[in-house]
Amino acid sequence: MKRIYTIEDACIGCHLCEVGCITEHSQSKDPVRAFLHEPVRSISRCTVEELDGGVISLSTTCRHCDEPDCLRACISGAIQKNDAGVVRIDTEQCVGCWSCVMACPYGAVQRNLAKKKANKCDLCPDRKSPACVDACPNRALVYKEGSQK
Amino acid sequence: MNYVIIGNSVAAVGAIRGIRGVDDKGNITVISRERHIAYGRPLISYLLGGLITEKRMAYLPEDFYEKNRVNLLLDAEVVGVDSTRKQVKLAAGDTIGYDRLLVATGGDPFVPPIEGLAGKERIFTFTTWDDAEKLKGIAADMERVVVIGGGLIGLKAAEGIHLLGKQITIVELADRILSAAFDRPAGRVVAKKMKANGIDVITEDTVVRIEGEGARISGVTLKSGDYISCDTVVVAIGVRPAAGFLKGSTVDVNRGIVVNDTMETSVKGIYAAGDVAEASDFFSGQKNPMPIWPDAYIQGDVAGTAMAGGKKTYGGGLAMNSIELFKVPTISMGITNPLEPKEFDILTYQDMENYQYRKIVLQDNRLVGAVLVGQVDRAGIFSGLIREKVDVTPFKEQLLAPDFGIIHLTKEIRNTLFAPYGKVA
Ligand SMILES: Cc1cc2nc3c(=O)[nH]c(=O)nc-3n(C[C@H](O)[C@H](O)[C@H](O)COP(=O)(O)OP(=O)(O)OC[C@H]3O[C@@H](n4cnc5c(N)ncnc54)[C@H](O)[C@@H]3O)c2cc1C
Ligand code: SF4
Ligand code: SF4
Repeated sequence: MKRIYTIEDACIGCHLCEVGCITEHSQSKDPVRAFLHEPVRSISRCTVEELDGGVISLSTTCRHCDEPDCLRACISGAIQKNDAGVVRIDTEQCVGCWSCVMACPYGAVQRNLAKKKANKCDLCPDRKSPACVDACPNRALVYKEGSQK
Repeated sequence: MNYVIIGNSVAAVGAIRGIRGVDDKGNITVISRERHIAYGRPLISYLLGGLITEKRMAYLPEDFYEKNRVNLLLDAEVVGVDSTRKQVKLAAGDTIGYDRLLVATGGDPFVPPIEGLAGKERIFTFTTWDDAEKLKGIAADMERVVVIGGGLIGLKAAEGIHLLGKQITIVELADRILSAAFDRPAGRVVAKKMKANGIDVITEDTVVRIEGEGARISGVTLKSGDYISCDTVVVAIGVRPAAGFLKGSTVDVNRGIVVNDTMETSVKGIYAAGDVAEASDFFSGQKNPMPIWPDAYIQGDVAGTAMAGGKKTYGGGLAMNSIELFKVPTISMGITNPLEPKEFDILTYQDMENYQYRKIVLQDNRLVGAVLVGQVDRAGIFSGLIREKVDVTPFKEQLLAPDFGIIHLTKEIRNTLFAPYGKVA
């Protein structure tokens, strides 16, 4: 299946992948509205981490694992893997127990505290290529066929 | 090939997917004594407390059983297994033949013989959907509840009942609540929060007598002599493997059904997984029951795969719990409270005022355990480091940082995790 790969040497730490993700998962799909005017700002599903004041940075995101630890730990069945291999959370079903946060070895599940729901990459069901990948100005994120690791 | 699975919970689901990953032809029959399809057992406290509706109890997508072609027998209890004839016997009298059998029957709540308990009406256990329903049913005229046992199930029951607006006292024999998963400071943080919510937590004491006349409960007397008045008692002392129906068979049962690393029991063709099984421990390799949800799934998957002739081996049970009690999230995993602290390197951070606590347990520069209270984000990175037995020397100083992340690992580790295809094309 197609997955998102991180090329850390190309990451410039601009956080545009996060902006892209938040915008894509907003109601308006407009960055300004998403950040300023919508009642609850969505939480980015990719996480840019920085070290040494940004000298090293990289964007981490879900691997859509073959045997997802998040799914196995989920006590409500909110996490399912579809036939295409995409691992998604059904937000309605989620009870906010954070078992998936405990289990995901990539640290790829976020806690949405305002909604008390878990949050993770859904590979942007409405797009051909994920918003984070499209937003990256230096191709530090690539979307291509490949294995989990 | 005829697969028969006894029990229809998470271990069974892992097994069904495991079997179907290898064999899409064989017949799968699942037998459950409950009347519900698979549900999130840990959700019963949410249901009791009114946080979720019945609709959300369903653990699986609606088409699961059909899609996986499972013949599901609900409300049917297995009372015996004949491993010579390869048959299971149901309470109703009929028998079902199998080629491969999986016992995924979980645990039965244990109720000790407390004086005065017999004949009392409002004594409950708390492990099934129906248990939650029963408690909810009498909620209108329930006022004071004593929960015996301050483990996971007792605390969850207490939380659900608290949400109904009832008065609760928890009585725990150990010196703190959740002693299996927590160390003292973590137990204290959570106990403090519970007290702030008006829940009484009594430790190092136990109920010796249930008081009251006829079927009615008026209170309980503790070993210390204290008396607590109440009208309802929930017994949450622990669960025992639900393997009674194997009596008379040659399947080896210790504290659970003993299995090897493909989840096969001492009898060929019979497997066990989940809370009922006793499989090897991640660290010691010794056989140990590991009664947690994620492990039940993994064991089920290994068993199902092996039953269908595929290859997968069990990596050993790793304890991990994510428990949010009274809005304090906690995650604990691995060895959290070593018996011989000298052999371990322990790092801690504590801010009791703000309900924050972090503890990292290392052995030979490998992470073996963690407790996080409050700030629990990205805890899974620790579980990955434990499972992969990564040498943490290069980033040991960062392990306690609340923003500990992938970036603190070495580039080498990151590259094996994220970028297997080298540099930018
Ligand atoms: C209130 C509560 C909260 C919990 N919270 C958590 C949590 O937050 N995180 C966590 O990791 N774990 C939690 N657990 C533990 C978790 O639910 C178990 O580890 C898990 O359910 C084990 O799954 P299993 O498939 O082995 O068995 P079970 O879920 O116990 O299911 C076994 C099934 O087999 C059926 N059965 C038994 N005997 C027979 C028979 N003879 N014939 C037919 N059917 C039979 C039973 O009726 C039952 O339906 C909680 C448990 C409870 C009770
Ligand atoms: S959230 Fe984590 S465990 Fe789940 S599929 Fe993504 S990377 Fe894998
Ligand atoms: S937080 Fe939600 S998605 Fe995650 S394990 Fe709990 S119920 Fe499942």
